[in-house]
Amino acid sequence: MRRYVIRRLAQAAGVLWAAYTLSFLVLDYLPGDPVSAMAGAGMDSSAIDPARLEELKGQYGFDKPVLVQYVDYLGSALRGDFGDSVSTGRPVTSVIADALPQTLQLTGAALLLATLLGGGLALVATYTSQRWLRQALLSLPSLGVSIPTFWVGLMIVQLFSFRLRLFPAFGNDGLRGLVLPAVTLAVPTGAMVAQVLAKSLLTALDEPYVQTARAKGAGRARVHLGHALRNASLPALTVIGLLVGQLMANAVVIETVFARNGLGRITAAAVSVQDLPVVQGVVVFGALVFVLVNLVVDLIYPLLDPRVVVAATVRRSPA
Amino acid sequence: MTDHGTDSQDRPGSRDGASPDGASTAGADSIPTDGHDGDHDGDHAGAGLLAIRGLSVSYRTRTGPLPAVQGVDLDVEPGEIVALVGESGSGKSTLAHAIVGLLPAGGHIDAGSVRFGGRDLATLSERELRAIRGARIGLVPQDPTVSLNPVKRIGVQVAEVLRIHRLATRRSAPLEAVALLERAGLAEPEIRARQYPHELSGGMRQRALIAIAIAAQPKMIIADEPTSALDVTVQRLILDHIQHLADELGTAVLLVTHDLGVAADRARRIAVMSQGRIVESGPTAQILDSPRDPYTQRLLRSAPSLALIRAIPPARTAPPARTAPPARTAPPAHAVPRARTSPSAAAEPSGAAERPLVVVDNLVKEFPLPRTAGGSARTLRAVSDVSFTVNRGETLALVGESGSGKSTTARLVLRLVDPTAGRIVLDGDDVTAARGARLRRLRRQAQIIYQNPYASLDPRFSIKEVITEPLRAFGVGDRASRTARARDLLDRVALPASVLERRPAELSGGQRQRVAIARALALAPQLVVCDEPVSALDASVQAQVLELLAELQADTGVAYLFISHDLAVVRQIAHRVAVMRAGQIVETGPTDDLFTSPRHDYTRALLEAIPRWSQQRQAASPGDGKPTGIGGRHT
Amino acid sequence: MSRSLAAGPAVQAGPEPPSEAMSPAPGPRLGVDVRRLSRFFLRRPGLVLSLIVVTLVVLAAFWPTLFTGRDPLLGVPADNFQPPGARHWFGTDELGRDTYSRVVHGAALSLKATLVAVAVAFVVGGALGLVAGFAGRWVEDVLMRFVDVLLSIPALFLSLALVTALGYGTVKVAVAVGIASVASFARVMRAEVLRVRQAVFVEAARSSGTRWYGVLGRHVLPNAMGPVVVLATLDFGTAVLAVSSLSFLGYGAAPPAPEWGTLVSDGRNYLANAWWLSTLPGLTVAATVLATNRIARALDGEWATQR
Repeated sequence: MRRYVIRRLAQAAGVLWAAYTLSFLVLDYLPGDPVSAMAGAGMDSSAIDPARLEELKGQYGFDKPVLVQYVDYLGSALRGDFGDSVSTGRPVTSVIADALPQTLQLTGAALLLATLLGGGLALVATYTSQRWLRQALLSLPSLGVSIPTFWVGLMIVQLFSFRLRLFPAFGNDGLRGLVLPAVTLAVPTGAMVAQVLAKSLLTALDEPYVQTARAKGAGRARVHLGHALRNASLPALTVIGLLVGQLMANAVVIETVFARNGLGRITAAAVSVQDLPVVQGVVVFGALVFVLVNLVVDLIYPLLDPRVVVAATVRRSPA
Repeated sequence: MTDHGTDSQDRPGSRDGASPDGASTAGADSIPTDGHDGDHDGDHAGAGLLAIRGLSVSYRTRTGPLPAVQGVDLDVEPGEIVALVGESGSGKSTLAHAIVGLLPAGGHIDAGSVRFGGRDLATLSERELRAIRGARIGLVPQDPTVSLNPVKRIGVQVAEVLRIHRLATRRSAPLEAVALLERAGLAEPEIRARQYPHELSGGMRQRALIAIAIAAQPKMIIADEPTSALDVTVQRLILDHIQHLADELGTAVLLVTHDLGVAADRARRIAVMSQGRIVESGPTAQILDSPRDPYTQRLLRSAPSLALIRAIPPARTAPPARTAPPARTAPPAHAVPRARTSPSAAAEPSGAAERPLVVVDNLVKEFPLPRTAGGSARTLRAVSDVSFTVNRGETLALVGESGSGKSTTARLVLRLVDPTAGRIVLDGDDVTAARGARLRRLRRQAQIIYQNPYASLDPRFSIKEVITEPLRAFGVGDRASRTARARDLLDRVALPASVLERRPAELSGGQRQRVAIARALALAPQLVVCDEPVSALDASVQAQVLELLAELQADTGVAYLFISHDLAVVRQIAHRVAVMRAGQIVETGPTDDLFTSPRHDYTRALLEAIPRWSQQRQAASPGDGKPTGIGGRHT
Repeated sequence: MSRSLAAGPAVQAGPEPPSEAMSPAPGPRLGVDVRRLSRFFLRRPGLVLSLIVVTLVVLAAFWPTLFTGRDPLLGVPADNFQPPGARHWFGTDELGRDTYSRVVHGAALSLKATLVAVAVAFVVGGALGLVAGFAGRWVEDVLMRFVDVLLSIPALFLSLALVTALGYGTVKVAVAVGIASVASFARVMRAEVLRVRQAVFVEAARSSGTRWYGVLGRHVLPNAMGPVVVLATLDFGTAVLAVSSLSFLGYGAAPPAPEWGTLVSDGRNYLANAWWLSTLPGLTVAATVLATNRIARALDGEWATQR
């Protein structure tokens, strides 16, 4: 078990390093001349002052060979320094740290809602013996994943803010302000959770061990909750882990729709003015969250499925 | 509780014990019986325990209802073992599940009654059925490897039955579960109870499932092919134990099986099922000695474990005269005393007559295992130090249970897997490390037929493409001549030319295996490796395919390396047999010698695993000459 | 659910599927059985509707004049903020432009972007997966580690980073979206190649002398393709959503051009007084995605039964 954890940690570090390198390549190297983009910040490149350009190049080290740049950047990134924002001049790390709480609140609330609603829907849909109810419930998730999130947000705002005046439409106004964006953000995620859980519940209910349980005289609820759910929750857990990253990324759209401050707004703004250090910081941060969440999921997994530890050490012997 | 169970599990029951009348001992045991139900011949005497009348079951499909069971009558008396025999698709499993209302989705009882203990189970509500399941009727499922919940401990799963039917308290249930596991014949039941299913072998899991089935001391146990997923030596132990428990507890058993030999061994009465109907039923002896229905007769003729009776070879071709390789000093008594008939040209090559086709020397295959907590790299020795020869036109069988390394050996010979050490010589050419052109020469001379005809044909290919693929690969002929050759080959394997344009999915299992045989013969190879070629087929189809293989050998002089776990099949087709266990060959010899006087203990164990009834028959059979009887040493 | 097309799922799920002996003898093969096909569609009105929606969208993308004669860019100031009605099906915007004709003409841009995105993902991801699965050893390790890294960056973040690097515009957005889903294509393709490569029929082909490129081209690729094609149809819906999200955020086509995401975004400022401006283009996006997902599900079932 210890070895397993250490190996997974090393893997996670490796993925993060690679993600940093990838973002470095994409942002600092591929586009050719990022400095003029930065100096111009969206304006016509002919209007850039050559002296300012040289100054920037020196400041960001673009006059050095790429490899040296990369090593320099990686070194400071390891110390938590992702450079300064081009547009505001503040360190990227503190820009992200300041915006983070708002986004964490939003994504956390959305994840909770998505798990509860999506999981509940899947359970009810697979439990009910009413054919029509099952069909109706099972068709909801595919609706949920097909509707554009930003549009859902706008519709919800229209209904609950403008028509019913129940919740504020915009801003970071405490809990009441959190309700609409969190619900919006939970729609696609909850739909995914529901899809996966419903599918794996149906699969589990078809397994021979469920037949064994029924042959023991177990009732519907016991079979469903006692046998099928625990087996079916494993794929659902994996999916939830994968969805956290998506949730963070969707926050970019949602925070724009609801004019909330947070990591998403900052990202959108940074992309608009081509603020490379901030974008890179956000991308690496996204990878960090993804890697951490999946690490946690992997560590929970053996607790839910006794077979997993074995699988990790003695994979599959050749037949 | 008593430890009868563990004591007797490994002792082969005396032949008389097989008599199903032992049921009368019920109640004499220390087990408390259900007070309210009295003894098995109690309040509803004469009515029997289970009486099925006119039962019809169908599955709902998109194209309309598909009948699976049609108008079946079946009786089970208290304490007796009744076998329900049929091939796959006969509806026997559906019938067994319909009794306790556990039909899969879409299954529906259309008509008929299932009277059990005075009530018609077919009319009961789900809630009422729940009180029957587990408590009054236990079920031992087909495949133990998937029939236990993988995330729950064994003990909890056994205790669950008791908890559901309120036969134990939260505190007493775990202890009783341990006692039940012991009763089901598991050693160290306390440890087993705390383990998860994946930590137990298939046989141990089946014992855990038996513990579940007997937990509430039901009046009847339905055993649905309880051993078909297990190794042969384990199969017999499990069946012995079920029978033993049934005797001890006075429980009736409905034994669902495809193997008439198993049924004959265990049951007092047999019901034969085919295409959803019971075509014949009656006392075991009557069914076996004077079957009335043609289907039963056919089944009897082709039952795998009964095939020993007629082991004299209508199927086996004349063995080549040089069965025993010169290298091995076989005593003259072992030479096969069979007349040579119609020696074909290929079987009598003039110059190379002395040279064996395949010589395998000290073959070793190790697979690396992933590093474990210890940190050292380990290997799994799948094949260790295996040597044998295959002569031209001869069939050498490699026999062993799953995991014995027999399939790996076969694939090593074909160089589909690279050996770790050892030497493979094909037709005088050392192909151990052959590459490029030499490897392709090997491919041309040696072909393979796989176990599963459903997997070995590309589903997107037409049959013509399948059969002509080897020809294409070696650039033999043009398109027209290849098609002609395919037609010719189809004719050889007794398939109509009309299947040329079909896809594999449109053919039956037996037909597909014929196609696979045609493909293997397309290049006229000298050696064909048959990797369990009939074990995925129904009994009656098995016999046909074996006969075909034998005929083709007689015609073309091809040699077979025949991999099988089934001794009955091997006896039918092989000239010589090599028995493999844990990667090693423990015994090699001419087929008849090996069957009549096995030298190695493991070979004996394998032979004993064949249902006893057929051995008795075989021993008594005048045609087989030697009356020694494999089981004779137990008397 | 995904097996909805199976001929007899109930029977297959049985404890003991009826063997070939019971099923009717295979008849002669007909190319397409018209009666079965029509019954197949009659039982699935949702699928038929989905096919109609997708057909309409494709027609609108290539021949917008089939649906409307109006100029999507021409505004009639006097007619601004007209609610949906007989004259303007989807109403008009603040400049008096007809929203319906803007949605119709927007289909071209949005569909083009989506197709580019799916093509990029399919070709790049498929190639990566194929090479990784077939080559094995270190090649597989290197490629799949790279894919893992791609997967670890949330798709939208990756697209945003690429947009930052590449700049704005429909095609650039499309490429960014496509690259973000390369990883899933590579994974599915590799998994399929591995599955097929281990199939007994592949070993059978090898043992009957077929060379590696024959095995790859004739056995592995055709048999591995199915799930990847299904993924492509599924990814089509995802790409529509991602492209419209990015254009909603303002990284798509430049202002006057009507792109679906941009239309929704533009209507945002008039939510209180002109609900139709955001609602109806958004509904169009939702309908398109729903339709493609439904078709993907049908294909999935079809492939599932083929295997």
